[in-house]
Amino acid sequence: MPSTYPAAHERHEPLPGADSGQRTAPLIELRAATKRFPKTGGGIHTAIQNVNLNVAPGEFVAVVGPTGCGKSTTLSLISGLQPASDGETYVRGELVTGIPKRVGYMFQSDATLPWQTVLDNVASGPRYQGMGRSEARDKARVWVDRVGLAKFEKYYPHQLSGGMRKRVSLAQTLVNEPEIMLMDEPFSALDVQTRQLMQTELLRLWSGTGAAIVFVTHDLEEAIALADRVVVMTASPATIKAEFTVTLPRPRDVEEVRLTPEFLAIYRQVWNSLREEVDQARAAASLAG
Amino acid sequence: MTAPSTAPSPTAQKPLAFELSREREAQLLAGARKSVRVTTGKIWALRVLIIALWLGSWEATATYLIDPFFYSKPSLIWDRLVQWFSTGTQFGSVWENLGFTVLEAVLGFVIGTVAGIVLGVLLGRSRFLAEVFSPFIKAANAVPRIVLAALFILWFGFDISSKVATVVVLVFFAVFFNAFTGAREVDGNVVNNARILGASKAKILTSIVLPSATTWILSSLHTAFGFALIGAIVGEYAGAKKGMGMLIANAQGTFDAAGIYAGMIIVTIVALLAEMLITTAENKLLKWRPSEAKTQAQGI
Repeated sequence: MPSTYPAAHERHEPLPGADSGQRTAPLIELRAATKRFPKTGGGIHTAIQNVNLNVAPGEFVAVVGPTGCGKSTTLSLISGLQPASDGETYVRGELVTGIPKRVGYMFQSDATLPWQTVLDNVASGPRYQGMGRSEARDKARVWVDRVGLAKFEKYYPHQLSGGMRKRVSLAQTLVNEPEIMLMDEPFSALDVQTRQLMQTELLRLWSGTGAAIVFVTHDLEEAIALADRVVVMTASPATIKAEFTVTLPRPRDVEEVRLTPEFLAIYRQVWNSLREEVDQARAAASLAG
Repeated sequence: MTAPSTAPSPTAQKPLAFELSREREAQLLAGARKSVRVTTGKIWALRVLIIALWLGSWEATATYLIDPFFYSKPSLIWDRLVQWFSTGTQFGSVWENLGFTVLEAVLGFVIGTVAGIVLGVLLGRSRFLAEVFSPFIKAANAVPRIVLAALFILWFGFDISSKVATVVVLVFFAVFFNAFTGAREVDGNVVNNARILGASKAKILTSIVLPSATTWILSSLHTAFGFALIGAIVGEYAGAKKGMGMLIANAQGTFDAAGIYAGMIIVTIVALLAEMLITTAENKLLKWRPSEAKTQAQGI
């Protein structure tokens, strides 16, 4: 039942930049990707198994699944932070062996540097890539401004609220002009109102960039409100169970769109698929606990 | 929730009734400042009282009950201090002797700190090297290193180099273990984030690992400088031509209890001054930290 992409199977040689014309070449491609970890008590834990996933340039894909199923592992394979145990990951048709160029990653927990100001945190990407301090700061200032933190550029992260720190991370990622943005439950630690605000901000900032986003979440509403496509993963070991195209028009108002009948129809459809997995994950958790 | 309560409430538009008037605010702030002043005054009064009681009882017992030849007393120690600073010691000016001790302590402190940071960060970042070297480091740390002072005199003679060596072996381990822990405890998330943003291995070390370990390293410097002074004094005690440790050893040899106390007091003051310097440096380097001291939890 895992969704198959005929195009992905026909094409053996990666064709960077070459567009067949019919459909755009996938920007990200996971082929039968599997990741195993040694368990602390001995034995092997399979986080994801046989995952096939294609993401087109500029596409917003949300990955949903039961908590702790291995959604984040998928992102770390794409980012090159971890190698796949089996199968391959391709970005722009090239096998991922290190961190691919123009990839951004927003982590679930804070990854800002506490000893640097908001501005210097955002400037760190260009600085790492060899840009001079003042030039990097000028570039960063534009993004600090765009995420609405212009007045806070001299603040340290601990002086900001959780939502503002997420804005810093967002600016830090966007300043590198990524073509791929990997987001690992970035807003899960925020309260509901701040979360919806950040979702709106994300869509606003994303709309101009043309970047593809892979957004991992366990919040189905969030997934449907944001994405072009929702991918449902099974309970552990995770594999792709089903995919749903979200046809809601853009630009979307993330708060209003949830109330439309179209949204509810999609929600019902995806939830039917996701529910079994959530139940299974809960059963496994209660057995273990 | 009942339906009527969700209707916009008319009271929401009312101006705030609890706003403080300017005079009342000034009054409250003045009251808060005054209570702080009173508390500080009480704290200092008690401190002075404790010192007076301590020195007074010592002076009294040493005058009437015990032999001041062995136990000395505050007035004798004061006289000795005055004598050292006005006419000098048998071994030249007290400033010169103090200068030697401080020079040895500072040189050894700098060398030991740099070595501790370099090796600590290196082993903290490499699990393999840490695994290889951990038994050796644990064993070296268990050695009563202060005894090495005697060996260093054999190796390097009575010059300052033997004292500097003693200071280095004392300071190194204090800094090493903190630098090691600091480098190891770096948040993996932050490192991954930097890698994604394009940081090279060298950049990760200089812009992430070292700054995160700084908190750990700085907190070790307080104890490390204390060790540095101890190392210098013990080194001089074991054998030297100049220095506070030598003055103390000489005072012991001549049954001059007041001289021992006078030496102790001078070194204590140096240690306190150094402590203040380190704290200032720490506050400057760690100004990004949330400060606990500034929070006014009490309320007015």
